[in-house]
Amino acid sequence: MALRIGVSFVRLNYLRHAVRLLSTHTQPEVINNGGSISDFPGARAPYVTEMKFLNENSYDLIPIYRVMDKNGEVIDNREDPNIDKDTLLHMYKTMVQLSQMDKILYESQRQGRISFYMTNYGEEGIHVGSASALSHRDLVFAQYREVGVFLYRGMTITELVNQCYGNCEDPGKGRQMPVHYGSKQHNIVTISSPLATQMPQAVGAAYALKRVPNNDRCVICYFGDGAASEGDAHAAFNFAATLDCPVIMMCRNNGYAISTPTSEQYRGDGIASRGPALGMHTVRVDGTDALAVHNAVRRARELALNNKPVLIEAMSYRVGHHSTSDDSTAYRPVEEIQKWTKEESPIQKLRLYLERKGFWDADAEKQCVKEARDTVVRTMQEAEKKKRPHWKEMLEDVYYDMPPRLQKQMNQMEKHLEKYSEHYPLNQYQQD
Amino acid sequence: MASLLTRKCIIVGKLTKYVNDYTKRLSSHFIYYPDNEKPVAGETTKMNMMQAINNAMDITLRDDPTAVLFGEDVAFGGVFRCALGLQDKYGKDRVFNTPLCEQGIAGFGIGLATAGATAIAEIQFADYIFPAFDQLVNEAAKARYRSGGQFDSGALTVRTPCGAVGHGGLYHSQSPEAYFAHTPGLRVVMPRGPITAKGLLLSCIRERDPCIFLEPKILYRSAAEEVPVEDYTLPLGKAQVLREGDAATLIAWGTQLHVLLEVAQMAEEKLGVKCDVIDLMSMLPWDEETVCNSVKKTGRCLIAHEAPLTSGFGAELAATIQEECFLHLEAPITRVTGWDSPFPHVFEPFYLPDKWRCYSALAKLIEY
Repeated sequence: MALRIGVSFVRLNYLRHAVRLLSTHTQPEVINNGGSISDFPGARAPYVTEMKFLNENSYDLIPIYRVMDKNGEVIDNREDPNIDKDTLLHMYKTMVQLSQMDKILYESQRQGRISFYMTNYGEEGIHVGSASALSHRDLVFAQYREVGVFLYRGMTITELVNQCYGNCEDPGKGRQMPVHYGSKQHNIVTISSPLATQMPQAVGAAYALKRVPNNDRCVICYFGDGAASEGDAHAAFNFAATLDCPVIMMCRNNGYAISTPTSEQYRGDGIASRGPALGMHTVRVDGTDALAVHNAVRRARELALNNKPVLIEAMSYRVGHHSTSDDSTAYRPVEEIQKWTKEESPIQKLRLYLERKGFWDADAEKQCVKEARDTVVRTMQEAEKKKRPHWKEMLEDVYYDMPPRLQKQMNQMEKHLEKYSEHYPLNQYQQD
Repeated sequence: MASLLTRKCIIVGKLTKYVNDYTKRLSSHFIYYPDNEKPVAGETTKMNMMQAINNAMDITLRDDPTAVLFGEDVAFGGVFRCALGLQDKYGKDRVFNTPLCEQGIAGFGIGLATAGATAIAEIQFADYIFPAFDQLVNEAAKARYRSGGQFDSGALTVRTPCGAVGHGGLYHSQSPEAYFAHTPGLRVVMPRGPITAKGLLLSCIRERDPCIFLEPKILYRSAAEEVPVEDYTLPLGKAQVLREGDAATLIAWGTQLHVLLEVAQMAEEKLGVKCDVIDLMSMLPWDEETVCNSVKKTGRCLIAHEAPLTSGFGAELAATIQEECFLHLEAPITRVTGWDSPFPHVFEPFYLPDKWRCYSALAKLIEY
């Protein structure tokens, strides 16, 4: 029995190599040495007598899949996803809401109301394009610039703003810096600042889902072009492929990791080229085209649910600064930013598409922007009035049950605060 | 020349309009006590800690042709601007960005050191140093030992910003000195301001052991001193006694040292007692002699650090002090530290070992 499996495995390998040789013109030319295939366990490749080094130019550049042009016009009608009107409007309104929230919260940081903020400008299409192609039950591991996914899934502006203020209604209890959202209810794992740590975790989660009988869920993991340089990124790709995990690895390649341009981040053909190399289904899409992202993720989800991990590289441009701690004009020309703001805006593209379909007009736009802005402003005013959580929350959730040693520390602090209360901003926090 | 550069740095800094919120928005929990004593005679220039570090690296790149400086976003000066202007001055092959990978930065630095270059590696935040833990703990620290002295990583210095900053939360606030202080072969150093930063960093760079140089990021802009312009070093493994007294020995490093300087002043005013205040400066190897001589004199000891209590570096100090000074002790050694939880965002005022917690502990220590 074992022998037969072995034989069929070898046959399968021959077949696979034959298909691979036939199917791609990127295969470097080889002189087949009598057709013999090596038996090395690490690579059952054909022998050749000509030595040839491969480099980044040995392969064609991976093309960028798009559905719409700059004007929101569908280039090939067969690729129009024909999403229903309600969904399309939800996608678009989410983008508008997101960009209004970014604008106001960024300003509020400048005014000292919140301590930190990160905008999502230029990448809204990746958020709604992917979120709309997934089930709300699919598990999300995000980096920190994917709040559109949270919004699309129904997390409210109130919840998001409360997190940024770290007030008593922040689901994260005021412990993390702003923009570190998370929602068990919406199947989005809480964000952590260290880069790429979420990537192998996403793969592990996908493996767990795969083992659930009749699994109908996958995992999507978002990460940036910078994070892809971390060791964790390589581990994630390799684990996803070797363990056949139902996971979509979604790279937001926005051109910059803080100040570091992609030209100093990697050589070779971007992040996508690593997918086939590691055995993942891979596609590169125009991240400013929400419909292209939608199509790619919809197809990726089908593959993932068949336990074929997928890598998607969504090309975009980080229109905003890295964060409120950064001024990107120190390392990139203003003209470059303007080009991407004006000509390749993902929001504008989807709006033009909607207008063509007769689903949207200037009045709707005006009203939508106003509502989006009013919602954020109103929510901020409410969030500001709310107190921060009780200071004791500082020492909760470290362990499931508080160990005696930590309990002792809490008691020490309690006694200290009784004696020195006037030196602590206790009135800003909830009290007993 | 150096002063010219410093001035140029300030101008460039203004031009780039870089907004460094980590220090701009600081809700300070301490008063900065500048150093008045100069380690060397001669010309001085007013520098903040960022400029003093920049100056130390400038001197190194100028005098050591093998020296290179690298890390994430270092080309444009680094997110805290410590490398500002150095790429323009020394070229892209000596001051450069790396891909975003801390384990890569550490390993690359070890390789440079192995092959005879001087490596100054920047890890953007100490909170992000952990992917490099393997390289630093298993490789840099053990290279000389395992090769019988044939190879070493002594020419590697890893600089990284650490400590509380007012609003850094879990991942922009940690003080990981104790993790590294558990590693024979490494040197772990933390300055308290511009003068010590320049002298200690130059020592670390030239020291023949790999060094982890932890820079309290809140001091980059808020701390300014008259820093000697010329080249000077401060000894590694040596503590400094900054204030003298007989009632108790107060020990800290980095930002926390300034908290204890204020506490010593409060104790003098409110309790009428004088204390020794010691800046440990080097956590590994640390200056047992200075610390124990002081505690033998005072009989009481308070140690404070921002990192959590359990297995913090204070534990090592306390254990050694009780062993060496047992019969001199008039009271149990006291530690005032961050609590045993991750570093919390909005609770920072309650988390830090601030002057009131330290003062309260000192008062009890003296009354014991």
